[in-house]
Amino acid sequence: MSQATHSALIEDLLAGKHRALARAITKIENRSPGYRDLVSELHSHTGNATVVGITGSPGAGKSTLVDKLAKQYRDQGDTVGIIAVDPSSPYTGGAVLGDRIRMASNVGDMDVFFRSMSARGQLGGLSTATADAVKALDAFGKDRIIIETVGAGQNEIDIVKTADTVVVLVQPGSGDDVQMLKAGILEIGDIFVVNKADMSGATKTVADLEEMIHMRGDPMAGLDTGHHGFEIPEHPDSPDGDDDEDRWEPPVLKTVATHNEGITEFRGALEKHYTHLKTTGGLQANARIRYAEEIRQHLRSDAARLLESEIEAAGGIDRLADQVADRRTDPYTIADELLQPLTECVENRLDS
Amino acid sequence: MSADAEQRSIRCLVAKVGLDGHDRGAHVIARAFRDAGFEVIYSGLHRAPAEIVQAAVQEDVDVLGISILSGAHNTLVPKIVDGLKEYDAFDDTLIIVGGIIPDGDREKLYELGVAEIFGPGTPMEETVSFIRENAPERR
Repeated sequence: MSQATHSALIEDLLAGKHRALARAITKIENRSPGYRDLVSELHSHTGNATVVGITGSPGAGKSTLVDKLAKQYRDQGDTVGIIAVDPSSPYTGGAVLGDRIRMASNVGDMDVFFRSMSARGQLGGLSTATADAVKALDAFGKDRIIIETVGAGQNEIDIVKTADTVVVLVQPGSGDDVQMLKAGILEIGDIFVVNKADMSGATKTVADLEEMIHMRGDPMAGLDTGHHGFEIPEHPDSPDGDDDEDRWEPPVLKTVATHNEGITEFRGALEKHYTHLKTTGGLQANARIRYAEEIRQHLRSDAARLLESEIEAAGGIDRLADQVADRRTDPYTIADELLQPLTECVENRLDS
Repeated sequence: MSADAEQRSIRCLVAKVGLDGHDRGAHVIARAFRDAGFEVIYSGLHRAPAEIVQAAVQEDVDVLGISILSGAHNTLVPKIVDGLKEYDAFDDTLIIVGGIIPDGDREKLYELGVAEIFGPGTPMEETVSFIRENAPERR
């Protein structure tokens, strides 16, 4: 992409043209040439939106809840950006992105920008693309950004981690769901919502969740300031640990999204969590962890790409593997040899 | 595979517009497109032209497939085309129409900017390869 169209796109995006925003996200998704510069330039315009991530098992009602929440945000005059992530077929790469059908409350309202994204079978790449797309929405000037994804795996957990507040949605009577929560999603939730609360079993699901959250809370007492599941090696803003008021106890809410029940309370809980983050310094701490992780991720993938070309130059990975199999060399030696130029370069720089 | 390699995927919006309530065909098309490796966004039933435009613009689709079986194409298609133009999305969106379109109306739709019309019984491969060959380059 030429530099001229590139800056024109950014100009249009910042001027509020929907088409430019849509195109910017396409470039991010496709990793089109120049997308990195695009995101780099957008970054300075970001930081004004609140980001909510919503995850949960398929059919729990995520899209409907997102729709109703977006409506409430619109009613109070905020603009909304939504990114809905759906899985893609590992065989053909194709996908049917169906979340848009549920966005019934906001049709025809261009101030709700809804974008479907497919996982495209990438490992680790999707969370980067989603984080970049969130930046595009943020720079565009959206007040509220909602990320919606199926809580199926590590990739999806990474995605919701780009949010200030993580919401985990559960449907009642699904013992399996609660089992799934044990596997990792429980730790990342800031707010739990039992949707379809008019179904039988809702009260028990709420009780189960509350019990599990309570158990998760104890061992971390004094350490958790509203983060979701990050390793927190150091935390300059956190008090010394004897202050229980700074700990966020995730609430468990009941909603019936299709009937618009409990949505106001849900929005209230989101506001409360955001205020909590603001007053405890969790917002800055989260941002620091998030950006640190983003930097590391870019470094890892860029370094991996550089190394791929080193491997090619050394005759390809198969040849190297054969050498190891023939006992002519070993994996450590090969790694040392391939990294030699980089090691030297870094050492020289540190010496000077 | 590096996470940074360019990955392009053809994005299609399969749209049901107006009061026509028959979406079996649209479902079949959506699945066929998915199996062809496209990313498909299905609009759901009974959408207004403005909603289709909103979805096409926001999703930045390469292809807009409009399914109309009600006979209202002469009213609905122009509205969609005008809407796309309003958001500068007309030039790089491939518009195709599926459904029952009388021969006498076809020319008018082509003039509006519809790239192709696929009637009942069109083999799926024909539609898929038409899209592969004609999907606009995203710039």
